[in-house]
Amino acid sequence: MTPAAPLLEVRDLSVAIGDVPVVDAVDFSIRPGETLALVGESGCGKSLAARAIMGLLPPVARRRAGTIALDGRDIARLDETAIGRLRGDAMSMIFQEPVASLDPLMTVGAQIIEALRAHRRASRSEAVTTALAMLQEVGIADGARRMAQYPFELSGGMCQRVMIAIALICRPRLLIADEPTTALDVTIQAQILALLKRLRAETGTGLLLITHDMGVVADMADRMCVMYAGRIVEEGDVFALFRQQHHPYTKLLLRSLPPLDGERGRRLSTIDGMVPDLHSWPSGCRFNPRCPIADDTCRRERPPLAEIGASARRAACWHQDRLAEIEAR
Amino acid sequence: MTERSATTAPLLGVTDLEVHFHPRAGLWRRPAGAVRAVDGISFTVRAAETFALVGESGCGKSTTGYAVLGMIRPTAGRVDFLGADLTRLDRVALRHAQRDMQIIFQDPFSSLDPKMQIGMSIGEPLRARGILTGAALARRVVELLDLVGLRAEHARRYPHEFSGGQRQRIVIARALALQPKLIVCDEPVSALDVSIRSQILNLLMRLQRELGIAYLFISHDLAVVRHVSDRVAVMYLGHIVEEAPTERLFAAPAHPYTQALLSAILLPDPAAQRARRAIILQGDLPSPAAPPSGCVFRTRCAMAQGLCAEQKPALRELASGHRVACHFV
Repeated sequence: MTPAAPLLEVRDLSVAIGDVPVVDAVDFSIRPGETLALVGESGCGKSLAARAIMGLLPPVARRRAGTIALDGRDIARLDETAIGRLRGDAMSMIFQEPVASLDPLMTVGAQIIEALRAHRRASRSEAVTTALAMLQEVGIADGARRMAQYPFELSGGMCQRVMIAIALICRPRLLIADEPTTALDVTIQAQILALLKRLRAETGTGLLLITHDMGVVADMADRMCVMYAGRIVEEGDVFALFRQQHHPYTKLLLRSLPPLDGERGRRLSTIDGMVPDLHSWPSGCRFNPRCPIADDTCRRERPPLAEIGASARRAACWHQDRLAEIEAR
Repeated sequence: MTERSATTAPLLGVTDLEVHFHPRAGLWRRPAGAVRAVDGISFTVRAAETFALVGESGCGKSTTGYAVLGMIRPTAGRVDFLGADLTRLDRVALRHAQRDMQIIFQDPFSSLDPKMQIGMSIGEPLRARGILTGAALARRVVELLDLVGLRAEHARRYPHEFSGGQRQRIVIARALALQPKLIVCDEPVSALDVSIRSQILNLLMRLQRELGIAYLFISHDLAVVRHVSDRVAVMYLGHIVEEAPTERLFAAPAHPYTQALLSAILLPDPAAQRARRAIILQGDLPSPAAPPSGCVFRTRCAMAQGLCAEQKPALRELASGHRVACHFV
């Protein structure tokens, strides 16, 4: 596979809330048409990293450093007007709470048409035609009826389809999906993931998928970055990374999941301790208080996110050669 | 969690349970149609076993749990617990019976009084019933803390000083105070970080082994349910559509809804996951205020025929302990 020029390239991104670097020197990139999963638990910084790309950081958070290149152009330093021209056009985002993310006082049709006309010259009737076609694409058959409805009249799954229609109406090169199915029921999640896969294949949109769910990653992603306490601790091809992990956190996290084919009722592997509070992040490697192989180096020095051999794998651990010591505990 | 012989007398017997809500709508608060949250379900829970109720939002699984505990008065049906029908008891007798049953909620944050030291919270059920006071109460609180993996000095701290996982341990300690025979676990790990879930699941499994508690385990997470449960009932729109021993349900699901639900589980393994095919159900869950005639699942079922709209399928036994409600199985 020849590596295409990256669609999105994030370098050394840091976001702070007050003095706390909640996203701490994070690097990742997405090629056109590729799906990258940013995986981690609550508070690891994955959502803030995504919002920084969109220029949608909450008021308490500030980008401290880093470049964000979309199709080779640094967008990190654009003012609100300039980034507003990209948002909803070259890049779009969908959120966990589809009902809350839509404007409750506007009909579905008005919201889709507004998203289109913010970036494209279209007459009212052209916009309606485009919106109806888009609703068809996201699997809403009775589009004309739905266009006249308000979000509260729709189910959560239907609202997420509408969000996806709004996000894709201008054919963005990059779609950011922040926990797109977490609030949905299992059978509705299956519908939405199937829809995202089909649209991704049809449009070639690059997808940045923010999730805590390893099942969603396994189903959807080409590559993944695992985040812990503001940093990427491991990165790689999804198949390779699920087969073999190079960071103790990833290894322990995957082992702690209840298996679907193993012995029932057996004691599950655990990770000691708790996810650290962002006001008391440990020095050195931030996973060190929970890590069974941590030593003084880990407590003192931050491990670099280093390439592993010639592969496209990276991991931030001082003791990658000792990962076999982590046995089921 | 452990296999029990089918001859053990049930601890809990639920028979033809119905819970209908009568919301009032509009300016004059006219009674709207009844919401059939639980619409005639029967099951048993044996001592020291885990019986799971699974299903999507609105299926009635949590309402069933609340009705079992006497927190909601059922519209019809029996709840037999330790030899008495709880639905026929007066307040005093019900409160006495409730000593032996407890509940653990999804959200450990709202389950604890923020202004109360956690030792006080844990001892509250014993104090309120006048069972223990003074030094004996304090000793029992320390025992309970130890049982759930917390330390004696934690007793004087407040809920905000604990992480989500620790708070769930505190809630479990409080539930154990009266030595219940049955605990209703309502999504006990859904609000917790992934790296913490296995700790709490291990704790619940250990407590069952050591104390012989039965769990009515309510969850939408099928991998968790498979790991901890002995038997599983699948609910859809207020009905049990299938019930079976856990191994059998996951190996040979018979009802089309169960098949779709299980096929939508995302395996945390890309090779295995991408070799699977989810059965994508069309449409959304119907409203429990206007359930379909006949079989409640027929509007989303690929196998549905005329008969399904006319006649409600009875729950009938396919094999020992395996019951299914479908005309075409």
